[in-house]
Amino acid sequence: MNAQAAVIAKRSGVQRALRFVLPVIVFAAGLLAWELVVRIKDIPPYVLPAPSVIFLTLIKDWAVLSQSLAATLLTTLEGFVAASIGGIALALLFNQSKWVEASLFPYAVVLQVTPVIAIAPLLLIYLEQQTAVVVCAFIVAFFPVLSNTTLGLNSVDRNLAGLFQLYGASPQQTLRFLKLPAALPYILGGLRIAGGLSLIGAVVAEIAAGTAGAGSGLAYRIAESGYRLNIPRMFAALLLLSLAGIVIYGVLALVSHLVLRRWHESALGKDN
Amino acid sequence: MSSVKTLTGVETGLTALAVSLRGVTKTYDNGVVALGPLDLAVRRGEFISLLGPSGCGKSTALRLIAELSAPSSGIVRLARREGTPRPGHGIGFVFQEPTLMPWTSVRENVRLPLKLAGVPKAESRGRADEALASVGLADFAEAFPRELSGGMKMRVSLARALVTDPDILLMDEPFAALDEITRFRLNNDLLALWRRLGKTVIFVTHSVFESVYLSQRVVVMTARPGRIQADIRIETVEPRGEEFRTSAAYSDYCRSVSAALAPSYSGQSTL
Repeated sequence: MNAQAAVIAKRSGVQRALRFVLPVIVFAAGLLAWELVVRIKDIPPYVLPAPSVIFLTLIKDWAVLSQSLAATLLTTLEGFVAASIGGIALALLFNQSKWVEASLFPYAVVLQVTPVIAIAPLLLIYLEQQTAVVVCAFIVAFFPVLSNTTLGLNSVDRNLAGLFQLYGASPQQTLRFLKLPAALPYILGGLRIAGGLSLIGAVVAEIAAGTAGAGSGLAYRIAESGYRLNIPRMFAALLLLSLAGIVIYGVLALVSHLVLRRWHESALGKDN
Repeated sequence: MSSVKTLTGVETGLTALAVSLRGVTKTYDNGVVALGPLDLAVRRGEFISLLGPSGCGKSTALRLIAELSAPSSGIVRLARREGTPRPGHGIGFVFQEPTLMPWTSVRENVRLPLKLAGVPKAESRGRADEALASVGLADFAEAFPRELSGGMKMRVSLARALVTDPDILLMDEPFAALDEITRFRLNNDLLALWRRLGKTVIFVTHSVFESVYLSQRVVVMTARPGRIQADIRIETVEPRGEEFRTSAAYSDYCRSVSAALAPSYSGQSTL
């Protein structure tokens, strides 16, 4: 039995390793093929730069690119924080009064379904550029926080709510000790989506701002490099944006896991 | 049905009553008449069971007594201790599910009623630990609910109901979801607690055997809208134990309770 368990454990270990190794192999193979095609066909860098060239550009232009990365990350962070606070606060407000919810919710939906790329140029006219970019990030990111938090606040166990009523809990106590903890997994889910979306919002606004001829973020760098046919730098900036997105998602997923690991199903192992 | 005494009134010893319901009915917003009219008198320190088919309004009656919902007509009266500061303090409620907060420890769950009442932290922690000890879970104060078995979660729920030292304990099919062995153990523990603490217990169940084993009085209810079909006193040598469960008297009581319950199920064959 023990030997059998060991075999099963070993097999699952191998499977986990494969899960990690296989994408890396695919990635490496893709890069290699890309590199080979560019070299064999002798494609010029302004049409398609080889991965090696992109990597060298990343190092060579690091001074410019890192500055842009910092600018974009700052915008993303500001938008994310604003979206988190705004989304949660609005959801709490909705939860207090269904009339407030009925009055405002349609506009939250309108804000969500209108493509932000179409709003960005307008915002750039009315607002200072940096503010406009943050507002774009906010608009894109706040809806998932709002709707997830609302869902969470409405998903409180009915019997627990009855228990709080039985013991004469005040609305503040109910909110603090019951509704917010119960909604936490939903809120964290919303934040996880909002993190990626605020990056997208920031990028969209920067591109829009870039066409107006000003900006400093990574997306602006991409637009600008495009005009100058500096294709390797476009790719390098794109690479940085991807990495930033992955890191943001990873950090938020980690935070969510750490907060929920002792009690929520989503954070528990499958065998538990 | 000669052994079945029907409830004649609520006139017996009004001062000693813990709970009295008079002409209580409950009609839900969708027009469903769930309960009544119901007259029920429960003496202080009495252990009674409300027994009836699913949907007969047993749980509704319990929620009315707990003031979790208001009756459509009639009067619900509870004897209150002097100086009970906030509503609900004279009442402990155990739901069908353990109804624990999964995000916090067992001790915090048990402490909740005191925390909501503004009892200082040190005192409430002490009382929560006492309540946990009384249900045999002293070692699990730091555990999280998901780390406990179904029976243990129910014990935590019971400890939480006891932590405010209520006069009346309302239990809504608390052991229905447990396996038989765990249920028997909890039945015995509940009886021991009841003997020790002397609380009034109103226990809702749909198990004839459980109701006869536990209670001094079994109140059999009709199908919806729930009314009292029979009120049967269970008299035996106290304290009860496993020997009562296997005695002839026990099976006689079970038979008469089942007989009283049977009309409630007649005409339900189409369901």
